[in-house]
Amino acid sequence: MRSLRIPRSPKVIIGLSILGFFVFLMIFGPYLAPFSPDNTSFAPLLTPSMHHWFGTTSLGQDIFSQTLVGARATMVVAGVAGLVATMLSIIVGISAGYIGGFTDDGLSLMSNVFLALPGLPLLIVIDSYLPVDSRSNSLVIGLIISLTGWAWGARVLRAQTMSLRNRDFVESSRIIGEKRIRIMFTEVAPNLLPILAASLLFTILYSIGAYVTLAYIGLTSTSVWNWGTMLFWAQSNNAPLSGEWYWFVPPGICIALVGTSLALLNFGIDEFINPRLRAGGLSGRQRRRLGMPRRQRLGLTPVVRSVTTAPRIAVQTEYSVTP
Amino acid sequence: MRLIGHRLALYALTLWVAITVNFLLPHLMPGNPIQTMIGKLTGQVTPQEINAIRLSFGGGLNNSLISQYFTYIGQLLHGNLGVSITQSATVSSILISHVPWTIGLIGVSTIISFLVGTVSGALLGWTRGSRLDSLIPTATFFQAVPYFFLGTVMLLVFASNLRWFPVLGAYSQNLVPGWHWAFVASLLRYGELPVISIVLSSVAGWMLGMRNMMITMVAEDFVLMAIAMGLPKRKVIMAAARNAVLPSIANLSLAIGLVVSGALLVELVFNYPGVGDLLLNAISGQDYPLIQGIFLCITLTVLAANLLADLVYLLLDPRTRTEVAP
Repeated sequence: MRSLRIPRSPKVIIGLSILGFFVFLMIFGPYLAPFSPDNTSFAPLLTPSMHHWFGTTSLGQDIFSQTLVGARATMVVAGVAGLVATMLSIIVGISAGYIGGFTDDGLSLMSNVFLALPGLPLLIVIDSYLPVDSRSNSLVIGLIISLTGWAWGARVLRAQTMSLRNRDFVESSRIIGEKRIRIMFTEVAPNLLPILAASLLFTILYSIGAYVTLAYIGLTSTSVWNWGTMLFWAQSNNAPLSGEWYWFVPPGICIALVGTSLALLNFGIDEFINPRLRAGGLSGRQRRRLGMPRRQRLGLTPVVRSVTTAPRIAVQTEYSVTP
Repeated sequence: MRLIGHRLALYALTLWVAITVNFLLPHLMPGNPIQTMIGKLTGQVTPQEINAIRLSFGGGLNNSLISQYFTYIGQLLHGNLGVSITQSATVSSILISHVPWTIGLIGVSTIISFLVGTVSGALLGWTRGSRLDSLIPTATFFQAVPYFFLGTVMLLVFASNLRWFPVLGAYSQNLVPGWHWAFVASLLRYGELPVISIVLSSVAGWMLGMRNMMITMVAEDFVLMAIAMGLPKRKVIMAAARNAVLPSIANLSLAIGLVVSGALLVELVFNYPGVGDLLLNAISGQDYPLIQGIFLCITLTVLAANLLADLVYLLLDPRTRTEVAP
């Protein structure tokens, strides 16, 4: 198996650094928070200041601390849900695509049904019946979210597996007499890696949205701080209409940034899978340095194999310098 | 025809799964939510109403699960979704007064967002590498923002501070609903901001999908051929776009579910009197019959919309009419 080259486009670098920052917050956020998120001893509705960076809530809680502490629950639930859902989609997708026949029919039908069911309303119904003590359990919530989020990945993986199953290397390991499970997970699965990564990112993105939404409508326990709960309190205290922007903007921006970083990484993977999209990621300057036309000529698909290969750029610059 | 048959069967099955989940959930959850709920209500409502509630969950709790299941389905077939606990009215009558708002709001914004996204995506794909490409990171950001957060910010900035738009609700409170000009105008006026926020947060998906398909399509031989033949640029773009739009339409069914979920929350933010608002009240009041009714209603609508999207796809892509469904 060849090693994966990570495309070094600016999108991927920015995406990775934002994501890295929030993973750091997930691990260390609760220790960095200056106050307890439940501490109500401050004056209510303070605007941001040196002492309270993001101000305080109407109960006098420090919003900066809530944001830091909330990172953990939000990211952990999204991560758990994303991982479990991707596992499910690997199992269902690869078996459906590789085994075929009735297994394929059954599994495809199952994933199509889950795709057609509107995910969020289903989540809300399931969650509304949960006993209160399960609602504060992040793991339970994560598992339920993963139940509604695996189908898309399964469909994509199935399609790709079907195109792989008759390739020579799979055929040969079948002839050698490898076990089916072994072929599926050691021959086929590694070749699905880019698609798998894209599917994982997509599912985590979905899970963050789902978890925050559940918290926002008050379906997760309010004793667990996450960015959705913060938005829930802000909304139920009418913060948007009374102009208390500092209450709901920090958690919202955090959610958006995590989401953007995942989407940017996804672009990187897309460009890795489909090189045609890659040229679109070049800035005007890089384009000139590579001697590419500013405007694409039709019918031509310039594929930049490696933007950072030194010799080619050197040659190009020499070209442009000599009159 | 065969494709339609396939899809119909799939949607019927999906609906059945939704109904079954709806039935089984309250029975399987620890602590029996129905019993708790009825226990809480005793003394507050008449015994008839308690009976009606029991019936909507599948009849007496002493019967076997199977017989309760059939009672439940029988009730559904008669359009009986049970009685709401928090509002003393049948669930179906409550739904009928709220659903048109939601369908109007979501329908209009989905169509606008699809059109805007597809057209701009086609242009972005065509002029790939130009300055317009800088739109993409912005679009991504909007895609990652939760719908309700974007709605909240827009409400604060444009309605509450700048006062460009009316603040809450679906129409001016001084007007009597009806088909007269003043009411329709106020409806449109109040709808602007919710529609804009749904469009803003959902347009990026269409745009990026279309752009990627368009880039692939522009490299096809038929496009080169069309240019070589000297066809006007507009015609060439149209020809390429017509082929590139097919996957977008095929994905419509997946996207509709997402847009509906997002739009329900936008309703919450704007206090729009649709299903989303209703759902929140039902959740906070633990009004299980109403929650279930809303879920079934949303599922039914989404499935109907999916079927419509499939029909459109069938009309647009002749290949699906001859080949066996994928």
